Amino acid sequence: MLTCKEFLKELNDYLDDTLDPELRRELEGHAAECPNCWVIFDTSKKTIQIFKGLEPQPLPARVRDRLMAALERKMASKTSAKTRPPGPLTSPQA
Amino acid sequence: MYERKIYRLAKHITNSDEDAEDVLQETFLKAYEHLDSFLGHSRFYTWLVRIAVNEGLMKLRKRKTDRTVSLDETPEGLEEPVIREIAVWDGSPEKKYSQQELRALLNQAIQNLKPSFRTVFVLRDVEELSTEETAEVLNLSVPAVKSRLLRARLELRERLTAMFKKKGDDVFAYL
Ligand SMILES: [Zn+2]
Repeated sequence: MLTCKEFLKELNDYLDDTLDPELRRELEGHAAECPNCWVIFDTSKKTIQIFKGLEPQPLPARVRDRLMAALERKMASKTSAKTRPPGPLTSPQA
Repeated sequence: MYERKIYRLAKHITNSDEDAEDVLQETFLKAYEHLDSFLGHSRFYTWLVRIAVNEGLMKLRKRKTDRTVSLDETPEGLEEPVIREIAVWDGSPEKKYSQQELRALLNQAIQNLKPSFRTVFVLRDVEELSTEETAEVLNLSVPAVKSRLLRARLELRERLTAMFKKKGDDVFAYL
């Protein structure tokens, strides 16, 4: 029988479902008999799910406009410099 | 859609709307600038994330008042995560709160994490990068990513449980 401490140590891989089947069964067995560890597992799982379920917000219009304007400037400057050979990665922008 | 996710990521890392806006812009400008160097070794999105994380961490380091920035530090107390709140949740928060309310609550919870935990959690559980991709982006070992992720998950679980638990009957909640 696993101790609570051992359960907690494996909790991450249990949550990510990346445990090998035998260890997984041991954790399931522990959670079935230890209410505390079951609650910790359940609420951790819900914690992760709630974060994964959130959609990213649309960009505020002002932020979006600023981004687009900057990209357009960048594209314009790159097009005009197109005939030059590509420089090293760290070269300052034209 | 990438720009929304990168903006969210930048906000999570920097905890600042203003810095996030700069990070968003720098990320797309750099990506465009260095498009030639994207050789398809990783997913395009992972490559964007890497640029955004670097820009975001630079912003954090520049803020002189923030002394908790280093991602390389060994987070103290990693061995013994704190578990105080042991209570089931009162139904499903997704049904009780609007997306906007939930977002505010979750952002607040995330912002209280140390940057070294926060960044790992956001990459793994919000942006859904793999453990290996997260390790690569942050220049951390896989075990370091895993131990920080566990710590971050448990800390957030504490905070969320304190907000979402059944009130008044903690002790009997699971009997
Ligand atoms: Zn237990």
